Amino acid sequence: MPKTFPDNSVGLVVPQLMQFSEPLMLACGRELNNYQLAYETYGQLNANRSNAVLICHALSSNHHAAGYHEGDEKPGWWDACIGPGKPIDTQRFFVVCANNIGGCHGSTGPSSINPATGKPWGPDFPPLRARDWVHAQARLGDKLGIHQWAAIVGGSLGGMQAMRWSLEYPEKLRHCVVIASAMKLTAQNIAFNEIARNAIRSDPDFHQGNYAEYNTIPKRGLTLARMIGHVTYLSDDLMGRKFGRELRSGNFQQGSYNPVEFEVESYLHYQGDKFSEVFDANTYILITRILDYFDLAREYDDDPVKAFSQALCQFLVISFTTDWRFAPERSREITDALIAAGKDVCYAEIDAPQGHDAFLLPIERYLSLFAAYMQRVADEVSI
Amino acid sequence: MNDTLRIDLSIIQNWITEKSRVLDLGCGDGTLLRLLMDNKKVLGYGLEIDADEITQCIRKGVNVVEQDLNTGLSNFKDNSFDTVIMTQALQIMHRPDLVLDEMLRVGKECIVTFPNFANWHARLYLILRGRMPVTKQLTYQWYDTPNIHFCTVKDFEVLCHEKNIYIMDRKVVAQRFPDHLLKDLAPNSFAETAIYHLSKNH
Repeated sequence: MPKTFPDNSVGLVVPQLMQFSEPLMLACGRELNNYQLAYETYGQLNANRSNAVLICHALSSNHHAAGYHEGDEKPGWWDACIGPGKPIDTQRFFVVCANNIGGCHGSTGPSSINPATGKPWGPDFPPLRARDWVHAQARLGDKLGIHQWAAIVGGSLGGMQAMRWSLEYPEKLRHCVVIASAMKLTAQNIAFNEIARNAIRSDPDFHQGNYAEYNTIPKRGLTLARMIGHVTYLSDDLMGRKFGRELRSGNFQQGSYNPVEFEVESYLHYQGDKFSEVFDANTYILITRILDYFDLAREYDDDPVKAFSQALCQFLVISFTTDWRFAPERSREITDALIAAGKDVCYAEIDAPQGHDAFLLPIERYLSLFAAYMQRVADEVSI
Repeated sequence: MNDTLRIDLSIIQNWITEKSRVLDLGCGDGTLLRLLMDNKKVLGYGLEIDADEITQCIRKGVNVVEQDLNTGLSNFKDNSFDTVIMTQALQIMHRPDLVLDEMLRVGKECIVTFPNFANWHARLYLILRGRMPVTKQLTYQWYDTPNIHFCTVKDFEVLCHEKNIYIMDRKVVAQRFPDHLLKDLAPNSFAETAIYHLSKNH
């Protein structure tokens, strides 16, 4: 942990837990009883409770979006965008971010104990859809006394939740910010997810998801899944710039006896290893399935215009030029559907070499445009 | 320039129906759309590619979409807007004729404004100096100007005729003496800015 926090950091944060005893009816038809959500909040809720912003997290992140936990070297996953003077300005907004159900960082998920068996849920945890997350988040909002969110914001899978919110609870949000997202995944995208899942399943330590009973974790599978993910989150160009063809050891004539030869390999191993120590394999499989099945307009006759006609909020849609996992074209489809539905929308395509990861990074134009939008939101809801 | 702009904006405003759907191509900092939102309660969208202008639109609460007009408007359906507007940008397009086709496909009506290159100041500049005109209105040098397809009031009307585009109305703007007195008598020579209200011919 840094000795002093930067001025534009929310500083030391302590995660909280909220218990829910009323069963949550899931999209799959099953019920989840007695679940809990881990969440964090930054900033102060104003007197008329109008300045709350909900952050929806993506595949591998969690409720720790900003600031530092006791003992941490690095801040939360979206510290670039949340804090005093940052786009989601905690001097003006009350920011809430919850670990979704099915997660593995404190909220009820596959690694939690199934009350019916007294053992971890493991692979038996009910399959989830993004709308289940949205309903759980809505209940958290109710408990926190938030009747309407000033904005619901998310990148990637988080953007999918934000869009779902706009259809499920139209009157409960004023603004919806959808970053590097899509109304549904492409076949190529599902294919990458399946390769990642297969990597996990083929790990002998996976035991069909019951690894907890064997006191082990499918570390190799998770590492491989994350490595595949990382390749797709970056652009070819950025990987070239960042790692080039630099060798970590040995030489070009003879190669190296070291298993890690190129710099890019070292990076992937590091990312994969780190991830496999903090993430649950069943959660990874569960959440990639949520991504695959997400289809915003399916129940609206596959018509995105009809879907978005439900929405009452205003939208900001952002994409990044080199993001090939959630390509700008997907964001343009969202924007076009919103315009055709007569909704207020702003769309920007940020020129950035970082690929899908760009949405997490402090890119100048991205931050200033995002900040401009959020300032307007803040002006609108402040008394 | 500023005064001319005000006049052309107010002319445009008069041609816009209350609560209609408006698409502004090359909307800049969103001044026109903000005006139309405030005074005509329109549902407006602007297309723009300049990063700073886009942020300005967002600050104003104007719907702005980052889109290069030279790639067309194929993402918009036929007649999906009541009015499609393009102010002072036709001369920047790679193919102004195709842009006009697209505007008239997407919009039931169109409004187009452009600098009149046949204004006598420009003519005199070219004749006397033998160099591409650099005037108060057209401040660029030939090599750095974004204006790659200049036209005159006459040129534009010939194109409309050839394309069977109906000119619902035309207004010309000039602020200098004597242009402002003569602009309506001889628009091709004295108009600084031409403003057209167009629709498909039925």
